[in-house]
Amino acid sequence: MTKTPRSALRELTLTRFRLFVREPSAVFWTFGFPILLSIALGIAFRNRPPEAVQVAIERGPGADAVALALQSPRVKAQIVDVQKARPELRTGKVSLVVAAHQPRTYRYDETRPEGRLARLLVDDLLQRSEGRRDPTPVADDRVTEIGARYIDFLIPGLLGFNLMSSGMWGLGYVIVEMRTKKLIKRMLATPMRRSDFLLSFVAVRALFVFVEVPVLFAFAWAAFGLRVAGSPVLLVAIALLGAIAFAGLGLLVASRARNTETVGGLMNLVILPMSVGSGVFFSTSNFPDSIQPLLRVLPLTALNDALRAVANDGAGIQEIRSQIALLATWALVSFAGALRMFRWS
Amino acid sequence: MPSLAVSCRALVKRYDDGTVAVDGLDLDVRVGECFGLVGPNGAGKTTTVEILEGLLALTAGEVGILGMRWSTDERALRERIGVSLQQTHLPERLSVIEVLTLFRSFFAKGRDTDDVLRLVALEEKRGAWYGKLSGGQKQRLAVACALVGDPDLLFLDEPTTGLDPQSRLQLWDVVEAFKRAGRTVLLTTHYMDEAERLCDRVAVVDHGKVIALDSPRALIASLGGQDVIELTLEEGTLEATVVSRLPGVHGVRHVAGGFALAVDPLHIALPALVDHLRASGARLGRLATRHATLEDVFVALTGRGLRD
Repeated sequence: MTKTPRSALRELTLTRFRLFVREPSAVFWTFGFPILLSIALGIAFRNRPPEAVQVAIERGPGADAVALALQSPRVKAQIVDVQKARPELRTGKVSLVVAAHQPRTYRYDETRPEGRLARLLVDDLLQRSEGRRDPTPVADDRVTEIGARYIDFLIPGLLGFNLMSSGMWGLGYVIVEMRTKKLIKRMLATPMRRSDFLLSFVAVRALFVFVEVPVLFAFAWAAFGLRVAGSPVLLVAIALLGAIAFAGLGLLVASRARNTETVGGLMNLVILPMSVGSGVFFSTSNFPDSIQPLLRVLPLTALNDALRAVANDGAGIQEIRSQIALLATWALVSFAGALRMFRWS
Repeated sequence: MPSLAVSCRALVKRYDDGTVAVDGLDLDVRVGECFGLVGPNGAGKTTTVEILEGLLALTAGEVGILGMRWSTDERALRERIGVSLQQTHLPERLSVIEVLTLFRSFFAKGRDTDDVLRLVALEEKRGAWYGKLSGGQKQRLAVACALVGDPDLLFLDEPTTGLDPQSRLQLWDVVEAFKRAGRTVLLTTHYMDEAERLCDRVAVVDHGKVIALDSPRALIASLGGQDVIELTLEEGTLEATVVSRLPGVHGVRHVAGGFALAVDPLHIALPALVDHLRASGARLGRLATRHATLEDVFVALTGRGLRD
């Protein structure tokens, strides 16, 4: 009869929060994993300086002069015996063979881009060393634009992927585990409101968005110089909507399953197709046109597109309203379905 | 306040697969008493209790709890009952006080969490994670969660199964204190000593029906003997019809390897039995006497043991 009771929704949310932070593996998968993945992929697909073209010069009179003229960071030239030059060209070890005799001959495969590139580069260097002058002077302005690199493409995709898997595991798996341990039944024996129970899961997912988004983007900024072109508030708002939509899907897959094996299978059924087809690691435009309409309606596609539009292209809310509408629809439909089907005991 | 905490008429539960777990069960639990449902595993005790707790739908029959019905008064009822399920796995990484505070938050009115911890003797474990508790401590926390809403009616489904003797005694103290406060308890158990110690009245349940219902003392008295003589023979045999006519002997039955006699008074029956054995030339292997228990009642009613 003492102390005013604390709000059940607040206590349930606090409980979910405590259980999450006390589970080291859950913390790792939510915060550590996307960072590790962005490090690994950032290194694997980093923008390299242009490679030097490989050129072979046939041994013979004039070969040394050609080798001297080709001394450039953009060309790597070697003098080789005539009979060894052809096999090197055939196997792709070199892109071009130069024979210094008259007339000077370039031997290369015209169907290979690197062959054509080597032909232009080598001829230009040799002609210039022999006195050619350009009629019009030109200047080169070499740029690698921030916002157009692979890492810039990847980070919003990783965020979307993470929002999906956290929602699916954080609700789907956890709820079914509580069901098998009869904890849901035990709570239903009290006056606890069912809506409070379900809302607490969504509330925790929503709260974590305010940590997940800044952590990942702060890391990407520090490590790769990534910048958010659009509004950071809009970015967080989209992430929030995505988190809620995937919380709804997590609830939906958990609504009937009686054991964690079943729900694990159902979650993979949802997660796997979207991690491939929704443009997490590579653009959805790699898929044929015939399946594009299908990919367009997936919630993760909409989430990734919206996140990239804001983070990379500086889009405003008007430009991504179709994605927002799609995500909201997914959220509504999945929550409505889950509430109708939910197995409480 | 109605005089009946629980009233249940012609209760039937048939599961989807066709098994009938409860088969026309009648039950009245009076306000302020501790009522026990005893019977072997699979008798339908847990199914009955979960229907009374409003956690399981009934197939047929009527159930009234504290003068209310689950179909119309669920929220009001939930505020007034406390439930401890047969098995509850609370989250491993929540502390004792966190679990209790969570359950307290579900009730509009209830008890102070620290008072309840003291009641179940878990103050020292206040900050310990549930996963680190012993079996007895876990069970006491489960009962604490049932008490924290300050219920009028407490359901305990096998509260001491698998516990060590000391933990059982501690839980019995908790139940008795609750009863002293004038509240009602309905518990299930297959420990006859627990039922005898805690329960004012006991219903013996078998195959989903109540086959006997009375105070433990009256049920034992219905055997016709307060004491039991158990004996085995090395030679010769015992004619049940003859022995049952001996003075003070009220019943004879075969048990594994020997006989069990319900007797009263013991000091008349025992000499008569020994004289009879000597006269018939039978040779005793072992002989022991003990007080009759609810277990004997169950065996007398069904012809089999509780754990058969």
